[in-house]
Parts: sequence; structure tokens; C-alpha cells
Amino acid sequence: MNRSLIGFLIPLSAVFTALLIGAVMLASLGANPINGYLTMLHAAFGSMEGIANTSVKSIPLLLVGVGICIAFRANVINIGGEGQMVVGALMATAAALALPNTPSPILIPLILIVGAIGGAVWGGIAGALKAYFNVSEILSTIMLNIVAVQIMNFLLRGPLIDPGEIERGTRIPQTARLPLASDLPILIEGLRMHLGFVVALLVAIGAYFLLWRTSFGFRLRSVGYSRDAARYAGISVRKNIVGALALSGAMSGVAGAILVFGSVSHRMVTDGSSTGFTGSAGFNGIVVALLAGLHPIWSIPSALLFGGMLVGANALQRAAQVPSALIIALNGLIVIFVVSSEYFRQRSLQTTRATPSSDDQSEADVSIISSDDEGGQNG
Amino acid sequence: MDSSFALFIVVATIASGIRLATPFLLASLGEALGQRSGVLNLGVDGVMLISAFGAYYAVLKTGNLMYGLMIGIAIGLLLGLFYAFITITLRAEQGVSGIGIYLFGLGMSDLLFQKLVGTPRPTLPFMPLDIPVLSQLPILGEMLFQHSLIVYIAFGLVPIMSFILNRTNYGLNVRAIGENPEAADSLGVSVILTRYSTLIIGNGLAGLAGAALAIEMGIFQQNLTNAMGFIAIALVYFGAWTPKGVMIGSLVFGLVQAIVLQCKSFGIIPRSASDLAAMTPALITILALVVVAKRFRQPAALTKPYVRGE
Repeated sequence: MNRSLIGFLIPLSAVFTALLIGAVMLASLGANPINGYLTMLHAAFGSMEGIANTSVKSIPLLLVGVGICIAFRANVINIGGEGQMVVGALMATAAALALPNTPSPILIPLILIVGAIGGAVWGGIAGALKAYFNVSEILSTIMLNIVAVQIMNFLLRGPLIDPGEIERGTRIPQTARLPLASDLPILIEGLRMHLGFVVALLVAIGAYFLLWRTSFGFRLRSVGYSRDAARYAGISVRKNIVGALALSGAMSGVAGAILVFGSVSHRMVTDGSSTGFTGSAGFNGIVVALLAGLHPIWSIPSALLFGGMLVGANALQRAAQVPSALIIALNGLIVIFVVSSEYFRQRSLQTTRATPSSDDQSEADVSIISSDDEGGQNG
Repeated sequence: MDSSFALFIVVATIASGIRLATPFLLASLGEALGQRSGVLNLGVDGVMLISAFGAYYAVLKTGNLMYGLMIGIAIGLLLGLFYAFITITLRAEQGVSGIGIYLFGLGMSDLLFQKLVGTPRPTLPFMPLDIPVLSQLPILGEMLFQHSLIVYIAFGLVPIMSFILNRTNYGLNVRAIGENPEAADSLGVSVILTRYSTLIIGNGLAGLAGAALAIEMGIFQQNLTNAMGFIAIALVYFGAWTPKGVMIGSLVFGLVQAIVLQCKSFGIIPRSASDLAAMTPALITILALVVVAKRFRQPAALTKPYVRGE
């Protein structure tokens, strides 16, 4: 059978298995699974409004997912999407508040860039800790998530709080209404779809060219294949680890900024947790990237699928009183099944493989998320 | 502030630090066991959440704290079996599948809570179990010997685990497969079975940690653990993979938290800065990670799935 077809079908069947379990869960919650899924499908893709909402929900998932593609291609596991989103959003918010009278065509690119820088710094710290101090990026990114949340709580309860909240004495931890010029323009009259979606698409396409059409991308992927081989080829492993995490963080940072400036309230608000701000997009982006086989372009449909699930989950909550937490649990199962399906994919590739040919893309997918420098073990 | 009052505050802070350290200690002992055998489990927080809900629900329904603890452990053991199947038999990438377990636990515990309980209802908390004689000691008695059963269990596990890891055949096998699974396999140690056992036991401890947390707080809410499970993982590195080190790390963490809480209640830290104070544990951990990475080496086979050579 065709290799890339296998590479696509096996993860997809993993998703279907998870959805089947979801159906059992729906049934045990007293909802008809078929109606449940149809409700979700209809809400997410059944109308222009639904499609617009799905696209908006998919923006942070796509951006974080593309960042994950880049990091995992360099064989660094970035679990810090949540923190990187928060820091990017905070910096962009502060920039917009500091420059209230800037015209839109300058302010909007500026806040997106500032968001990217914030995320890049947060990811870059983890990268530097790994490259120069040998600290596992899995752990440092998790810790940096915790630190970022506390910085957010501090800033939104103190220095960045809406002065009105203090006057009224309500002290809701949120910023003032951000300058009108920083509102991301709505693309279609009457729908929620805004400029952020276009930005996310462009970033995904840009990431594809970066990874496969530039020497930076080549070096990054070489480091991902084998650190030792890359080192012998004269590629700086350290710089590329920092670069991969910073770039990956930059995309999460943009996602965070878009979440604020594309929000309905046009404020940054905290409920004290990162999930309250990100909706777990920093983690769910990992699911998006894995399902896409770590390919930025495939991440687009993948993000739309998961964005649609989120929109559908809200509809399901209204229609059948099924808590939308179901979808978080289901996303967890999808992650588990998709990474587990890697085993079956490798087996079927091994049996169909005629000669151990060199580096076409689908083969790169196979070993890319194995752990440090042990690509040879699976032979 | 006179000196007897100051002493009272210090004793109370240390006692509460020990109590706060307990769930961290249980979870990170479990994680340490898994890591010594070469498997990283990032799903601790998710396991803790489901177990915490299970324990809370059991106590709510039966009023019996023991049922709560047992349900918590049972959920942990089951999830451990599941995680072992994914990472050992199917050799899935450990970092990512752990995040899957986390998301599953985060969603599932919230879902069950909303469906089965709905509005938060408090349950009975643990009763302190005074150790006869010792609890009457001045100062030390209140600090160390007037805690609930679960605190004694957690700290009692530290020497037991040290003994098992360092003085028994089983412990030797665990350490061997964490360092060099091929060599251990060639000597007839079953890598697969041993790793299954460490993950099942380790997650059982994470389950107990979740149960202890829920019962201690007497309440369940969405995301009750608030990333405690992730900190427990970092504590394993902090403690350089030894039970004693993990205990010291947990105590440091518990004490820092207790001191922050105490300072907050006395208004020593302004309210606005308490969020900054809350990040100290994470910052300490990052620093500790830098130090540990320099001075200690992680188990050589950590995160590497074992494939028997043909």
C-alpha cells in the first residue's frame, strides 16, 4: 500500500477509535451518541456562522500546532505552549495599552510582533536551559507555564488592571477596554471571523516553506534526526535547539495576542488559571500537530477539526446538557491514541518497505518523535 | 510580638508545611519509582485529578474516609496499567502520551463532578491522629506527631522505598532496567514486567496523592490539583531520583507554601505581590533543575522505549 496513505489513515483511525469511546461516554451520560455527534457537526460546520466560529476557535490551535511541528521536528518537546501564549498576550496587551493613539495599520502588526517576541523569549529560555544547562525542556516548559500564570495574575490584578475596576471597587482582574485601533478587523460582516484566521493560515504556510525550503529548516530537521550526525556536519545543535523553541514559542505568543485582540470583550481577563485564558490551546495544539503528522499544512484541516469539536461541544452542552469537559477528556484520548498509533504505523511501514530508502518526508514522520538520539533502535 | 507567640507561629507553619508536602511526596515517590525503571510519566496530574474526584465522591456517598483512599488508589492502579500498556507495549512517546493522560484526567474529573455532584458540597476532613506519648512532647509533638494518618503513611513510605530500591532484588532489577535494559534483559530480568509493575505502583501512589488532597481539602472542584502533579514530577529531578531527596524536595516545597500562606495572612506580603510569591516554588524548581542537571545523571534509559534486539 502507498506509504503516505498509511501515514494518514492510521492516525485517522486512532481519532475514530477515540470518537467511538466518546460515543460510549455520551450514551452513558444519557445522550444519544449519533444525535450528539450530529448536533456537534451541525453547530460546527452546518452554517456560515458555525464555520466562522469554528475558524475563530481553530486560530490558537493552528498557531500553537504549527509551533509544535517546528519544535518536534527538531526533536524538542515543547509543553510550554500555555505559558508562551500567556506571555505573548501580556506583552502585546501592555504594548497596546501604552500606545493608545496609534493608527490601526501600525498598531496591529506591532502587537502581533510584540506577542511573537514575548512567546519567543519564554520558549527561548527553555531552549537555553536545555542547550547550555542540559535541563529537560519538558520540565522547564512546565515550570515556565506556572511562572507565566502567576505573572499574568499579578499584572492583571495590579499594574495592568482596569482603573475603572478600582474606582468601582469590584476589582475584577482584567485590563481596560483595549484601544479600538487594536481590534482585529472582522472579515465578513455579521460573523465573528477576523483577521487572526488569515494570520494563522499565513504562518502555517510560512512554516512549511521555512522547514523544507530554507537552510535554517534543513538544519533544524537535521538536529531532529540525529544530534550526533548534525554535529559532525558542523551544525550547531545548541543554537538550533534554542531557535526551535523560540520559534515555536513565537507562534504560541501570536496565538495569545490574537486571543486577546480578537476576543469579544477586547480585554485580557484572568480567572487565575492558564486554562481560563487559553482554553488549553497550548496543550491541544500538540494534538493538532500530531494528527497532522507534524506537517504545518496538514495542521490547517487538523486545527479546523478540533476547533469544530470545541464549537460542537458548546452546542452539545446547550442541547443535551452534556458538560463540555467531555471534549477535553476526548482530546486527551485522541492524543493517547494518535501517539500509540505510531506503533502500528511503523509496523505496517516495515512490512511494506522494499528497500530502506533515504529521507523522503513520510519516513521523517515515523521516527521524529522518538526520544533523544536513538533513531537507530527501531531498526 | 512576644517570643512565645513567635514560637507558636513557627511551629504551626512547620506543621502545615509537612501537611502540604504530603500529596507532593506521595506523587513524586510514585514518579521516582517509574523513572528509576526508565519511564517518564507526565500524566501524574491527570491521575491525581480523577483519583481525587473518585475519593471525594466515595467519601461523599459513604462518609468513610478509608473508602475514599481505597478508591483513589484503585483508580491510580488502573490508569497505571493503561499508561504502561501505551508506553511499554505500544512504545508511544512518553512525554506526549503523558499529556494525553493529563488532558483526559482534567476533562474526565470535571465531567464526572458536574454530572454526579454538580454544586460543590464539602465532606468530612481527616481527623488528626495523635501518636501516643510523642504527640505530648513540647514543640516537636505539635510539629510532627499530631497529623492525619495519610501524613504518616507518606513519610513512612520513604524508608520503605529506599530499602526496596537499594536492598532488594526487585529494586536492583528496577535500577538495572532504568540504566541498561539490554544488559538486564540478557540476565533474565523481564524489562516489560518490571516496568509494568513500577508504573502500576507509581500511579497507585499518584492516586493516593489525589485522594489525600481531596480528603484533606474536603471538597472537589475543576482542576483541583492546579498543576501539583507537574511539580511532583519536577521534585523527582530535584531529589535526584532518591526517596530521601524527593522527601527533602517535598518538604522544601510544602514549607515555602506554608510560609507564603502565613505571610499572606499576616499581611507581610502585600496582596498584590502574593501572586509573585506563588511563583517561587516553580522558580526554585527551575534553579534546582539547573543544579541537578550539572551534578546528577538521570537514569540512562529514561524515556527510551525498550525494543528487544533480534
